[in-house]
This record gives sequence, C-alpha cells and structure tokens, in this order.
Amino acid sequence: MSDRQHIVVAGIHPLIPEQQTVSIPSALDFVGRMTNGFFEWFGELSIFFWKVLRAGLTPPYEWRELVRQLDEVGSKSLPLVAAAGAAIGVVISMEARYSLSRFGAKSMFSTTLVYSVIQVMGPIMTGLIVSGRVGAGIGAELASMKVTEQIDAVEASAINPYRLLAATRILACILMLPLLTLAADASGLLMGWIAQAMVEPLSFHQFIESGFKGAKLNDFLPPTFKTAVYGLIIGLIACFQGMRTRGGAEGVGRAATYSVVLASLFVILADVVLVKFILVVFP
Amino acid sequence: MAAAYDIAMKHTEPEEDDGTPVVAVEDVCKTYASHTVLDGINLHVTRGETLAVLGRSGTGKSVLLRLIIGLETPDSGSIHIHGQDIGGLAMDRMGAIRKKMGFLFQHAALYDSLTVAENVAFPLEHHRRDMSRSERDDRVMQLLAEVGMEGDFDKMPSDISGGMQKRVGLARALALEPEILLLDEPTAGLDPISSGEIDDLILKLQRERKMASIVVTHDLHSAKTIANRLALLDHGKVVIEGKFEDLQQSHIAFVEKFLKQS
Repeated sequence: MSDRQHIVVAGIHPLIPEQQTVSIPSALDFVGRMTNGFFEWFGELSIFFWKVLRAGLTPPYEWRELVRQLDEVGSKSLPLVAAAGAAIGVVISMEARYSLSRFGAKSMFSTTLVYSVIQVMGPIMTGLIVSGRVGAGIGAELASMKVTEQIDAVEASAINPYRLLAATRILACILMLPLLTLAADASGLLMGWIAQAMVEPLSFHQFIESGFKGAKLNDFLPPTFKTAVYGLIIGLIACFQGMRTRGGAEGVGRAATYSVVLASLFVILADVVLVKFILVVFP
Repeated sequence: MAAAYDIAMKHTEPEEDDGTPVVAVEDVCKTYASHTVLDGINLHVTRGETLAVLGRSGTGKSVLLRLIIGLETPDSGSIHIHGQDIGGLAMDRMGAIRKKMGFLFQHAALYDSLTVAENVAFPLEHHRRDMSRSERDDRVMQLLAEVGMEGDFDKMPSDISGGMQKRVGLARALALEPEILLLDEPTAGLDPISSGEIDDLILKLQRERKMASIVVTHDLHSAKTIANRLALLDHGKVVIEGKFEDLQQSHIAFVEKFLKQS
C-alpha cells in the first residue's frame, strides 16, 4: 500500500477505464477548491450588494439614468419576450390539446393553458430570456467600461459608480421583470387561444371565462411578482460580473458569459424556492 | 457668454499661496502580489506648481496618481489633500475632495456612449445642478474652445483621434474648476507635433488657473517644458527630486542613464 490512499475504480463509470486509479486527495482537493471559490464569490457578491444598496438609498438619486435603463431593460426586451411568450402559448396549446384528449379532459383545456402560462411558463421563460439579453448586455457594457477605465473616470469625477451604474440597472430589472412577464403571459394566452381556435371553434370570451373560472388573485399575482426577485438576481449578478472584470477583451467576453450563465442558474434555483414559498404563504 | 460663465461658476479670485502643500504624499508604499511598486514615496506639490514624475515604464508612476485620487489605497503611509488625510475616507466624503481635483487618464477614458460635448458636460450635470441648461452648454463650449475641440462637439469618442480624445479628457477634467490637476501620460502615444500642442495647452492652463499639477510621464522633453520640478522614480523610490538642472548635475548612475537615453 502506498502512502497516498487510492481506490481502484473497475469500470463503473463510462469515462473511467477499467482498473483506473483515482486519488482521493486530488478529488477532495478539487471539491474543496470549488467550494472555497463559490463561497469567495458569494461573499464578494454580498459585499457588492451592500455597497449598491447603501449607494442606491442615499441621495442624490440618478433618476435620468434610471429612466434610461427602464427603456433599455423594458422597452427593448418587449418584442423578444412577447415572441417567446407567443411560442410558449402555441406549444402548450398543442401539447395540452393532445394530452387532455387522451385522458378525456378536453374541457380543462382553457384552465390548463391559463394556469400553465401564468403560473409556470410565463415567469420562468421571461426570467431566462431577460437573463440572456439583459444580463449579457449589462455584463458586457460594464466590463467594457471597467477595462477602458470609464468606471474609474466616473469615480474620479466624484460620482458614485455603484449609484449611477449598478443601482439604476438593478432597480430597472426589478421593476421591468413583472411587466415583461405580464406581456409574455398576454402573448402566450392570445396565441394559445388562436392555436386552439384554428382547430376547434372556441370564442375568446369562452376561453377567458372558462380559463379563469374559480380563479383568485392569489393564483396569479404572486407568480407574476416573484419575477421581481429574478430581476434582482439578473441585475445584481450582471453588474457584479461587469464591474469586477479584468483582462481586456477576453475579460469582457468572460463577464458577459458568466453574467448569463450564473444569472440563469440562480433564476432557476430561485424559482424552485419561490414556488414553494408561494404555495406556503398563499395556499 | 463669458458673463454667463462667471455667474454660473461663481468665480472667485484664488487665495494667496502660503507655501503649504496642496498635495502631500508621505512614506507611501504599495505592493501588488509580491511586487513592490512604491516603496516609501515622499512628494509634495504647492499651489501653482507643476511636479513631473518620471521613470521607466512599470515603475508605479500611474499607481501614484491613482492613490492620490483615491482609486486605490496605499498599504502604508499617508496622503494629504489640502491638509486632510484621505486614508480610509468613505466614498461620498472622498467625493467632496475629488470635486476639487481633475484627472486626465492615460487613454482619456471618455464615455463611449456619449458625444464629446456630453462627456465634458457629465461632471457639470451631476455637480452643478444649479446651472441652467444654457449656462451648462455655454460652459461646455467654452471648455472645448480652450482645448481647441469646439468644432467636434457632436462627435463620438470613437470618431476622433487619440490626441483629440486627450484634449476632450482634459476639458472634462477642468469642468469643475479643479484646484489640483493630475495628468497620466498626457503625451503618450502622440506624435511630436501633437505632444507639443498638448504641452502648450497645459502650460497655458497652468498660467491662467494656477492649479497644483502632478504630471506622470516618461517624456523628458515634455516634463522639462511644463514642470517646475521633476521627480525620478526607480524601483519604487524617488531617486532624485528637483529642477531639471539638478538632474543634469547629478552623478547618480540611474539619473545619468535616464537623461542619456531620453
């Protein structure tokens, strides 16, 4: 037996050939470094969030920049979000029609479509679309400003970059996500109804009446407004990744990529947590 | 236009200079990883004086300016601006000090989503909200005229040359009537004619405004032209400080080599 402990992995994993040895210390070391790295990153993100929060809550407020960012995040994402919502509506319509017919529950079509779009697909799809478009945009823009010293120039001009650049973008994301989600929901329901109406007669009035029959505000408002948390995640991560960039063009690319990947991942994780939270708080 | 500018800026005559340093750097050290870039630096600048900081590339000259403006903090030592220690100041308190300082970055660092005029107006929009739109526009055009860029006010930074970007950067640095001007390699990357024009511009501004200036450069000719005193850095230390004649008469090997190669 050698000083280093080894295990013999006899072909139990497709990527490890028979009789291949894997060192326990190196595997543990890798996991340790990954864990350490994650906690370091999360700690720095928390410090960044605190600085942005303090800057954003103290005057002078950057109203003009906020309005500009509301346009960037909201107006310019609207066509993409609406198109994605429409596609989702058509897909759910077609799938629901088929599945419900199989199980003799065609009368539940409208309810299924309405609840699927508004409670599930609309919010998460909007979050992921905005993660991609806005997250990458903010990450790349701020990263580019960082590597060209424009953020330093803002600070040297006695302007708080956390207030001007980060707080405005994060607040814009928080405010716009619920509105974009409503647009995606509306688009999804409309196209879902059209897809169904092209196959079987179903008036829009019938569709809405049966779809929302027995529904309460608690069924739809929490899923829509939970997207404000998605907005916080997307804006915070994108601004954080952008403003800590190093390394020129490669760093800018990395910042944009990590902004999208990490924001998307955390939006999905937040969805899991928030769904449970909503089910408990709004039974 | 000049009358509107004076009213807008509430222009007052500067106080008499009593020789007190406006900027005082005391025993400042800065290390990155295991590399010490500044090792016990002592420098001071008084009102109306220009100090040129010279040295080889990578000797910490730009780091010194970043420490003075507060973009980074020294590992040890202190920096005083108008007698106030800036060490550990919160960002908003440091902001009050930065309003009295103008900084020209090595590559100008213009905001690439704003036009030339919008870049110069940027500090005024944030710190001079008492100015009307027309007063601000007048002030911007006056600043651009001082640096010879009034005809390019509506261009984007990507549409103008490096030398022109530096002029705009200089105009932006002067927007709030600073008492201290920090210039990071103002002539780097420029042809000799453009370098001379930038030097002339800096001299003209110094004569008119009597600011305390620190110019970081590796251009000895430019330093001789615009500076009252020169400080030469090597391996993080000030090797010599004085007038150009003092450097010429020095027998320190590095100084002789630097002058010979320049």
